[in-house]
Amino acid sequence: MAEMRDLQFQEPAARAAQAAQALTGAPAPAAELQDLPSEKMVLNMGPSHPSTHGVLRIVLELDGEIITKAMPDVGYLHRGDEKIAENMTYSQFVPYTDRLDYLAPLANNVAYALAVEKLLGIDRQLPPRCQFIRVICCELARISSHLLGLGSYAMDVGALTVFLHTFTEREKIYNLCESLTGARFTTSYTRIGGLSRDLPPGWIDQCRKFCREVVVNIDETETFLTRNRIFVDRTRGVGVISRPDAIDYGLSGPNLRGSGIEHDLRKAHPYLVYDQLQFDVPVGSAGDSYDRYLVRIEEMRQSVLLLQQCLDKMPAGPVNIQDGKIALPPKDRVLTRMEELIHHFINVTQGVNAPPGEIYFGHENPKGELGFYIHSKGGGTPHRLKIRSPSFVNLGILPKLLPGHMISDVVAILGSFDFVMGECDR
Amino acid sequence: MTTSLELAERLRAKFPALISAPAEFRGEITLEVSDPEAIPEICAFAKRELGFDYLVDITSVDLYGEDPRFALVYHLYGYGHLCPLRLKLRLSEEKGELPSVTGVWRAADWHEREIYDMMGLRFRGHPDLRRILMWEGYPYFPLRKDFPLSGKPTHLPEVAFTEPAPLDGGPFVTIAGGKDTIAREPRVRIPETDALELNARLERRQDIKEAHGHARGPGAIEPRK
Repeated sequence: MAEMRDLQFQEPAARAAQAAQALTGAPAPAAELQDLPSEKMVLNMGPSHPSTHGVLRIVLELDGEIITKAMPDVGYLHRGDEKIAENMTYSQFVPYTDRLDYLAPLANNVAYALAVEKLLGIDRQLPPRCQFIRVICCELARISSHLLGLGSYAMDVGALTVFLHTFTEREKIYNLCESLTGARFTTSYTRIGGLSRDLPPGWIDQCRKFCREVVVNIDETETFLTRNRIFVDRTRGVGVISRPDAIDYGLSGPNLRGSGIEHDLRKAHPYLVYDQLQFDVPVGSAGDSYDRYLVRIEEMRQSVLLLQQCLDKMPAGPVNIQDGKIALPPKDRVLTRMEELIHHFINVTQGVNAPPGEIYFGHENPKGELGFYIHSKGGGTPHRLKIRSPSFVNLGILPKLLPGHMISDVVAILGSFDFVMGECDR
Repeated sequence: MTTSLELAERLRAKFPALISAPAEFRGEITLEVSDPEAIPEICAFAKRELGFDYLVDITSVDLYGEDPRFALVYHLYGYGHLCPLRLKLRLSEEKGELPSVTGVWRAADWHEREIYDMMGLRFRGHPDLRRILMWEGYPYFPLRKDFPLSGKPTHLPEVAFTEPAPLDGGPFVTIAGGKDTIAREPRVRIPETDALELNARLERRQDIKEAHGHARGPGAIEPRK
């Protein structure tokens, strides 16, 4: 029988202290090195760099291999989503939300629909079946996003196998998405006041099968990484974010919880049916890259638990609000009845008639708090729609976090942040 | 358990002359701040005394046609009491400037840069007020209501115009702005007509460049045999 060997981990923050020591020049360098002129070097990382997961550009100022200054440059994927939203009806903007965090489009769809429904005042009147299906969507998206985040993170720090492993599992989620929404990637599944369609026959069984399989996959992924000496050495004590810093910089999601702050919008302000479901909120203790990794692993397990509960409790009934002024009426009635025809026509051409006012809705997305602020002057079009994207806010801490680290640690820190530029740049 | 309304009242009791009565819509409390200059002081008090340690978001709204023209919206949240609060203030176009709250929450840094970028409102005391999503030197503020959805031609040719990419006009590339979708479909296109169309486009581009005093780029492409 194999003997379990305890890994001698390096003290957290020991490497950062080493780096700081090198910066202040506390230990005297060898005599022959003392006369060498030291010159700061400016290095441009990205926007096309595999570890920047998209088009993030960071201008690094280096003293040897130590970073002395970091200036993130975002906006390479800016498409003006907020401007576009001001020029279309609420329903027409749903496909654009797919393109925010394009690794979790289902969760974005749900977040946006809930925000508009909050403005309309119907977010608590959704049919139960719709709410359960939406929770399933959110948790599937969370697993999918974390699987990708972990796989690419492991690849960034040198382990290719994990990436192939997690992508095999994501493929199953894409298959589920395809049979649920008709699209693998750009799902556009939610509608204002409901969903584009009900679960297809047999979908619940497919999803149960997936739940059984993904748990095994998560365990296997952990065996690849959690006690892997190389992975641990590259992530422990790297990118330590203290609790006050995490709050001050407005971090959210796993990056916030990695620093030990137990805050989850699903618990703090339950929406949909999260208050009827049992789940835990994992938190880290040291706030380093390794903790953020552990939080994501555990969140996936909790998501599977949530999925199973939803599948067990799934009630029968309609998935759309029975109000023709908000959700489109059933097609057979549109074609046979006058009133439904009018509702359909008004709904498509003018959109739902939202009251004047303003709301903010924050949704616990896989990456953090995805918020929609809607300023309405009444009618079917938002006067202003602001997307508070978690990736944008989370990246704001980089100028504080990176200095003092080695250049190879940038990759380990960026991967542990798990950001998406489509959402950051909007 | 504290509520947003209680916290709003406490904030109002501290600054009675500056803050309006709390307004509620869909369970959210909004306070109107009458003087933009007081916002750092109010925010510092809200953070220090009322526990609003998390700045969720700052954003701006262009109320085109009204006076004052702009509205700024601050979303605060406290991890201690789990209560959100919204502060709003109005800013006229002539003024266009207000003090920064980066001294209160570091998270304000990028939010304020984004507002400067998109709406053109300046934040006094911000450590690094540059454009963030658009590129440095871009002349417009795209989220203003008088900026058209289709965009405006920019007067910065070296930034906005690029040389044609190597594959531009190749056999598998659709030509944007062609006659119709059938003619643009790569599989039905004839290379000779492509080259003609591409040359016409290149000439148009050269004309624009020359109008801006730029030297001619690489020559036109020969039709393929």
